[in-house]
Amino acid sequence: MTVTLTDVSTGVGAPADVAGVGPALRRRRPPRPGVVVAGAYLAALAVAAVAPRLLAPGDPLAADPRVVLTPPGAAHWFGTDHLGRDVWTRVVHGAAHSLTIGIAATAVAVTAGVLLGLLAGLAHRFADEALSRSFDALSAFPMLLLALLFITVAGPGTISLIVAIGVATLPHYARVVRGQTLLVRRSGYVEQAITFGSSRPRLVVRHILPNVVGPVPVLAVIGLGEAILAAAGLSFLGMGPQPPSPEWGAMLSEGRNYLQVAWWISVLPGLAVTLTVAALTVLGRHWQARFDGRWS
Amino acid sequence: MAGSPLRPVLRRVGSGLVVLWAAATAAYLALLAAPGDTVDAIVGEGADTPQIRADIVAEWGLDRPAVVQYLDYLGRLVTGDLGRSYLLQRPVAEVIGEQLAPTLALALAAAGLGVLLAVTVAIGTAGDRRPWLRRASSGAELLLVSTPSFLIGIVLLSVLSFRFGLFPVAGAHGFGSLVLPAVTLALPIAGLLAQVLRDGLDRALDEPFVLTARARGVRERVVLLRHALRHASLPAVTLAGWLFGILLGGAVIVEQVFGRPGLGQVTLAAVTAKDMPVVLAVVTLSAAVYVAVNTAADLTYLLVDPRLRRS
Amino acid sequence: MAPLVEVEDLHVDFATPTGPVAAVRGVSLTVEAGECVAVVGESGSGKSVTARTLVGLAGPTARVRAARLALGGRDVRGLRPRQWRRVRGRLAGLVVQDALGSLDPLRTVGAEIGEVLATHGIVGRAERAGRAVRLLDQVHVPEPARRARQHPHQLSGGLRQRALIATAIAAEPALLIADEPTTALDVTVQAQILALLAERRDAGQSLLLISHDLAVVGRLADRVLVMRDGEIVEQGPTARLLSAPAHPYTRQLLAAVPSASSRGRRLAEPPRLREHCGVPVLSRPPLPARPPVDPGDAVLVAAGLTKRYGTHTVVRDVSLTVARGETLGLVGESGSGKSTVARIVAGLLAPDGGEVTFERAPWTGVAERARRPRRRRLQVISQDPLSSFDPRYPVGRVVAENLEPGGDRADRRERVVELLRRVGLGPDLLDRHPRGLSGGQRQRLAIARALAPRPSLIVCDEPVSALDVSVQAQILDLLAELRAADGTALLFISHDLGVVHHLADRVLVMRDGAVVEQGPVGDVFSYPRHEYTRALVDALPALVTAGRP
Repeated sequence: MTVTLTDVSTGVGAPADVAGVGPALRRRRPPRPGVVVAGAYLAALAVAAVAPRLLAPGDPLAADPRVVLTPPGAAHWFGTDHLGRDVWTRVVHGAAHSLTIGIAATAVAVTAGVLLGLLAGLAHRFADEALSRSFDALSAFPMLLLALLFITVAGPGTISLIVAIGVATLPHYARVVRGQTLLVRRSGYVEQAITFGSSRPRLVVRHILPNVVGPVPVLAVIGLGEAILAAAGLSFLGMGPQPPSPEWGAMLSEGRNYLQVAWWISVLPGLAVTLTVAALTVLGRHWQARFDGRWS
Repeated sequence: MAGSPLRPVLRRVGSGLVVLWAAATAAYLALLAAPGDTVDAIVGEGADTPQIRADIVAEWGLDRPAVVQYLDYLGRLVTGDLGRSYLLQRPVAEVIGEQLAPTLALALAAAGLGVLLAVTVAIGTAGDRRPWLRRASSGAELLLVSTPSFLIGIVLLSVLSFRFGLFPVAGAHGFGSLVLPAVTLALPIAGLLAQVLRDGLDRALDEPFVLTARARGVRERVVLLRHALRHASLPAVTLAGWLFGILLGGAVIVEQVFGRPGLGQVTLAAVTAKDMPVVLAVVTLSAAVYVAVNTAADLTYLLVDPRLRRS
Repeated sequence: MAPLVEVEDLHVDFATPTGPVAAVRGVSLTVEAGECVAVVGESGSGKSVTARTLVGLAGPTARVRAARLALGGRDVRGLRPRQWRRVRGRLAGLVVQDALGSLDPLRTVGAEIGEVLATHGIVGRAERAGRAVRLLDQVHVPEPARRARQHPHQLSGGLRQRALIATAIAAEPALLIADEPTTALDVTVQAQILALLAERRDAGQSLLLISHDLAVVGRLADRVLVMRDGEIVEQGPTARLLSAPAHPYTRQLLAAVPSASSRGRRLAEPPRLREHCGVPVLSRPPLPARPPVDPGDAVLVAAGLTKRYGTHTVVRDVSLTVARGETLGLVGESGSGKSTVARIVAGLLAPDGGEVTFERAPWTGVAERARRPRRRRLQVISQDPLSSFDPRYPVGRVVAENLEPGGDRADRRERVVELLRRVGLGPDLLDRHPRGLSGGQRQRLAIARALAPRPSLIVCDEPVSALDVSVQAQILDLLAELRAADGTALLFISHDLGVVHHLADRVLVMRDGAVVEQGPVGDVFSYPRHEYTRALVDALPALVTAGRP
């Protein structure tokens, strides 16, 4: 007689000496449904940002006093706002604003962060210490307050938003890149390459740079979500693109006054932010998991 | 060997001070970088009279060499002098002091609630006991972390306050007015903290010491609480400083959504009116608290993990 | 009385995303009260899974089936979690490898032992601390009261392993399962732990010993079971199994163990069993002959090497010479400084004192620019080959990176293929990634890369330590063949005396950063003069077997 016994609540993952389990786990699997949905959403978002008229042919600024505060329905999928503007059209056209700010801010942060992080990681002890402490100092400011300080100095607007968020998120990338640089510098393969007689520039270009920069795009995708979230917050506070620009955070702020009678004006643009950030996170984590499997 | 156990403590406190100095300097540089001359930046959109300009020059020592100005600024910070708002015609410390209490109440309530939620959720969903619950919770956390806090606030407001009238719509009077803002601020924190904690728990549960603990016949709950949770709390502790930043930044937004008085409202008003002394003070103060919180977290780390006590 | 452990037709599968993987396939075994039974096998044999299944800890994805699975006469199939908890620790204690990770690093040793006592209600709260100290004393931990208050990281590897044994026997289980209890320990410490386990066995404790090491098993076990691919291929009384193995796999395992008697012979070829003076003897085929070594023709001379970190001197006045084509063994336990010597010789670390001369020219104290072109003549093979490959490089590029410059694409590719062929890797692997290779294949790849620039000396730092014994045998055979063909000198660093005895011409014994003894391997290991060398040799769990050629 054979009996199956299971003890689900206990036990550690499969012991190491199970033949074949390790490699089998790492074999590529079809992406999970969540990843596919996230990818599809982001693709649609990209279309909305590049060619919004394909999804919403109307004018995002066109007010129509006859249809003020219409609830979502067949004529207006997302309803209309207090000026009778079509919320769907505004959300679609707002994608470009949010994405532009997010991508530009992330680009600023990644470019500066990677350069400074590499410098710190490759520099001698004193310079590294000085750079690392300045990353610490920069990240001591809560991101939103740092951005507000910047806006106080430079005034509100899209460019301010981009630079402020870029500077505030820069230390994160710089730290990761510095850590990765140190790791790669001390790695077995760099040491091995020294025994091949490789010169220092060759080591940096052939082995250190590619292995340090490799994981950065994945980080940037996840970071892009955070930047979009921060931009929406600042726009909500009135620090970003000024009305009547259809920026998601600003739309939400405008719609706030009509919350009791028309929830859709503020909630639907907010959901667009949530879905965008969530989709970017899902996709980023998916790439990260694949990356970790490949790189280490 | 008397000094050796203190060495790691001193090192952490020392590096905290260095960061603090660098942060104060960065804030000072922002002032210098402002367009126009420093007097313009400090006046902001307040009344601009020759008398006020003279006061500013005197207070900031603008007629003296740059190095002296800078050292003077640091000296005033060390003594707790945050300067004077020429827009409000009041010392900045007074302005901030008045509005500190509601923001502090909000931040502490949110932090407590967030941590409590995160720990409960992480413990309930760690390991592979209930995969469906785990998936559901991961999904919820992802959405919470991805949602702007003002959206959470607005949804809560429109459902619980406008529709059902359970909580006041605005203000900071009594416990009832604290609930929705605190929940709004706590939810994204709980989402992220729960992810970090569960990751830590999962990693700890894969460690060999968990296998040996189980092999001793220890209950699963005890394995989680006594062994795994302490290990999982270590990475979470390092997030304390970051958590604080989110609380402060979030407070600005949440106070705006719920029309709650507090530091956030002061800051926003100052940013809009370009009241530089107030903005600088808020930013520098929050950096100082961040460094203090982070240093405390590092020291806690030292307390929890005996391996780090070796110098 | 029923046997303590009864297992019949045990099957364990693990659910994986690509379908179930069978880890244990039809294993049957019994352990009588007071008996010591050993399960021996290489990685992937299913030996650990078998052991863990006995305490219900095979893992959440494991599916366990058995015709009979009983501990102390009690059927444990289908036990509920609560029932399992009464079995674990009380009926069967488990000791695993790597005590640093096996004791909770955040809790004191005393608290870990106290946890067992509390869980099973052995003694009241007030007496727990005292009992924990007594248990530590029982496993011969010196200063038990002080140690009980310490954290695992404050204990040496040997003490940690003892403390772990104390937690496993705290609730006085009838059966002690020891899964690789001495792996990763130094040989002298290993001997002490084996002595402790023998003491428990002699006191009547039943032992189920899981190990990859036949010699360890030979010291303790009454009976041995040999596992491969989830099945038991042979079992019997220890003496009979080790001296007259019936199954070809057992013979191959025994023959793969390097030792004094395997010098000049192949380890990996299937051996034959011969009668020699009425005693069965494993016969190994010979290795190719090597050209004679001229001791006067030194390829590498190191004199008075010293390396300090702060106030700690890790290498103290070490001098060594490697002649052209010679293999010099460097043995020592962890912390002996042997790897630091290897790094200095490899030119990866500058010594604080002393100098190295390589191919009659200064090797240390010279500008890196001047040394760089000469580096190709001195190559390194490390213990962990995977981490020595750039994670982005496929197999072909790993080797090509170290080729002598020149030649067009096709020519270089041909040279890579030829190098791979020499180490027994096919050209089909060229575009594969090293991550997808087995441990043995990775080490072959590392060897191919080291051979690429035709070095006169290869520094091998524990090159076979992470490998299974049969894979280790193949790599050692390969190194022996290549050195015979190319006349390459080897500086061979190892903690394993058997490996060094098998491969090296001369040996240096290091301890605490200094060389305590050196000479031809036969002399040093057969007639050790220094007491430390003697302790090392004595501690070696020798295989009392058919080891002679």
